Amino acid sequence: MKLEGQVRIPSGCAISAAISKNGNKMSGEMITNSMKPMHDRSNGLGGGFAGYGIYPEYKDFYAFHMFFDSRGTRKECEAFLKERFEIVHSEIIPTRKIPAITNEPIIWRYFAAPLKSVLVSLQLDEKEFVAKTVIKINAEMSGAYVFSSGKNMGAFKAVGFPEDVGVFYKLEEYEGYSWTAHGRYPTNTPGWWGGAHPFTLLDYSVVHNGEISSYDANRRFIEMFGYKCTLQTDTEVITYIMDYLLRVQGLTLGEAASVIAAPFWSTIAAKTDFDDQKKHTYLRTMFPSLLITGPFSIVLGFEGGLMALNDRLKLRSMVVGEKDDRVFISSEEAAIRSMEPNAENIWSPAGGEPVVVKVKEGAF
Amino acid sequence: MQIIDAANLDYRTLNEALRGAETDYIAKDCRGQRFIAAGMSDINLTIEGIPGNTLGAYLNNANITVNANAQDAVGDTMNEGKILIHGNIGDAAGYAMRGGKIYVKGNAGYRAGIHMKAYKDKIPVMIIGGYAGSFLGEYQAGGVIIVLGLHKDNKRIVGNFPCTGMHGGKMFLRGRCEDISFPKQVTARRAAPDEFDEIREYLSEYCSDFSYSADELLSDPFTVVTPDSKNPYKQMYVAN
Repeated sequence: MKLEGQVRIPSGCAISAAISKNGNKMSGEMITNSMKPMHDRSNGLGGGFAGYGIYPEYKDFYAFHMFFDSRGTRKECEAFLKERFEIVHSEIIPTRKIPAITNEPIIWRYFAAPLKSVLVSLQLDEKEFVAKTVIKINAEMSGAYVFSSGKNMGAFKAVGFPEDVGVFYKLEEYEGYSWTAHGRYPTNTPGWWGGAHPFTLLDYSVVHNGEISSYDANRRFIEMFGYKCTLQTDTEVITYIMDYLLRVQGLTLGEAASVIAAPFWSTIAAKTDFDDQKKHTYLRTMFPSLLITGPFSIVLGFEGGLMALNDRLKLRSMVVGEKDDRVFISSEEAAIRSMEPNAENIWSPAGGEPVVVKVKEGAF
Repeated sequence: MQIIDAANLDYRTLNEALRGAETDYIAKDCRGQRFIAAGMSDINLTIEGIPGNTLGAYLNNANITVNANAQDAVGDTMNEGKILIHGNIGDAAGYAMRGGKIYVKGNAGYRAGIHMKAYKDKIPVMIIGGYAGSFLGEYQAGGVIIVLGLHKDNKRIVGNFPCTGMHGGKMFLRGRCEDISFPKQVTARRAAPDEFDEIREYLSEYCSDFSYSADELLSDPFTVVTPDSKNPYKQMYVAN
C-alpha cells in the first residue's frame, strides 16, 4: 500500500460533535448515526471518533490506543513501554468483523502510568513525558502508531465510511460525556488507518474539514519544539499547535483560537475595545507562524469540553444547535437533527469565532 | 399532489420521484439530501425537514418552498424559478445564480449572492429578511441583492467585507449602514425614491409571501451599493 509522500490525491469531509454540559453519558451510537446524512461528504477512505469519559474504571491512567503492523512490532513496542510505564491493563480493542472494513492492523489498547523513577531522572512533568514518548514511537518505531494517548478518553479510527467505523469499533458499547466524529475525503494523502481523524495527543483530539495551505510553515515552526509531523496530513499539525499553545504556552482556548484563526489586521485596527485590540496585536506578533490559512472547520476535544472553530474567512460550513444540557456541532444541520430532532437555537458561528462548551466543574 | 416520504431516500432516488407525472409535490422528512430538484422545471415542491446542500441547483423554472432552514449553496447557478425559505440559509446561497428568485425569511450565512450575474431580461433577485454574513455579494456581477435586517437581535445587517470584488448589479441594504465599511471600487449611498421603483415589485411579492407590509418597509431609508466601473479589470488587459 502507498503511504504519505508516495502519492498525492488532489480532490471535503464531515465533522460532528455532541457534549452534555451536565456530564451525562451518551452512547457512541448517536454520534455514529449522525454521520449517515453526511455520507456523501466522505469517500470511504477514513472515518473516526473520539469519546471522552469512556474509561471511568481506568480514569487515572493514560489510555494508549495503538496500531501495529505485526506481532513482532507489538512485542517490541510493549518492551519499550514497560521500561517507562507501569501497564495496569492491556487488551485487543474489541471490533466487529464487517464487510465494509477490511485490512485492519493489529489494534491494542494499554492503560498505563509513567514510572515515577523515570520521571524523576528525566526531570519531566508527566504530560510532557507522555507526549514525548508518543512522538518518539510515532516518528521512530516503524509499524507502530499511537493514535490515542489521553486519560479517560479514546480515539477510534479506520479506513472506511464513518458510520461503518462506528459499527466496527462497537461504539454503542461506550458511554461518554462528549463525542466527536469525522468522515474523511482525503485531499492530499492516501487514506490509511493512522491518517484517519481524529488526530490526538494526550487528551487533545482534532477533527477537521478543510485543507490548510499553511501546513508547511506551521510544521516547520512546531517541529522546533520537539513535535514530529509523521503523516503529511494537515490535521496532525493542528493537533500539535493546539497542544503547544494550550498546554505548553498556557494560552486560553479563546487566545489559541485568535492565534490560529487571527483576524485580519484591518479588522484588528477597527476594534473599538482597545484592550482586545492590544491582545490580538500581541498574539499575531508572538505567533505569526501559527496562523492557519486556507479552509478549515475543526472541533477540538479536550478533557471536560469541546471547542469548534472555523477559519477566519469561513471557507467551510459549521452549524451549532442545543437541546437542554446538550450542545451539538456539525458540518450540516441535518446531522444535528439526526441526533436531536428538536434541537434549538441553530446557528452558524462566524469565521474565527470560537465556540467553547465545557462540562460543569466536577461533572466529568 | 404527491407526498414523498424522503426519510430513507438518497438524493438520486428522491430526485427520480420528483420527475414523476405530478406537478405538485411535498417531500416530507428530508434529511440532508443534496441536489434536491436540481435542473428541474415546472414543478411546485414543498420541503419538510432539512434539505441538503445545493438545493435547487441549475433550477430552470420550478417553485420550491422550504418550511425550515436550508443548508449551503441554495440555488447554485439557478436559471429561473423561485426558492422560498421560511428559516435561515447557510453559506454561498445563490452561488453564480443567473436568473430567478431566492427569498429568505431569516438570515443568510457567508457569501450570499457570490458571483450573481444578469443577462438582458434575466435578472436574479435575492432577498434576505434578517442579516447576512461576511462577504455578501462577493464578486457580484449582476442582479439584485436586498437585505432587510428585520432580525431582532443586535447583529449588524451585514458582516465584514461586503461587496468584495463586486463589479456589477445592485445591492440594497435597509438602513443607513454608517457602521459598515465597503471596498473602494463600490459606491454606497442613500437610495433615491426612483430606485425604490426597481425593487418595489420584488419587495411586494416578498412581503405577501411572508406577511410583511411593503409600504412600511419602503418608508425606511435604504443604502444602495453599486460598483464604480463596468469593467474594473480593463486596465489589466490589452484593449482590442
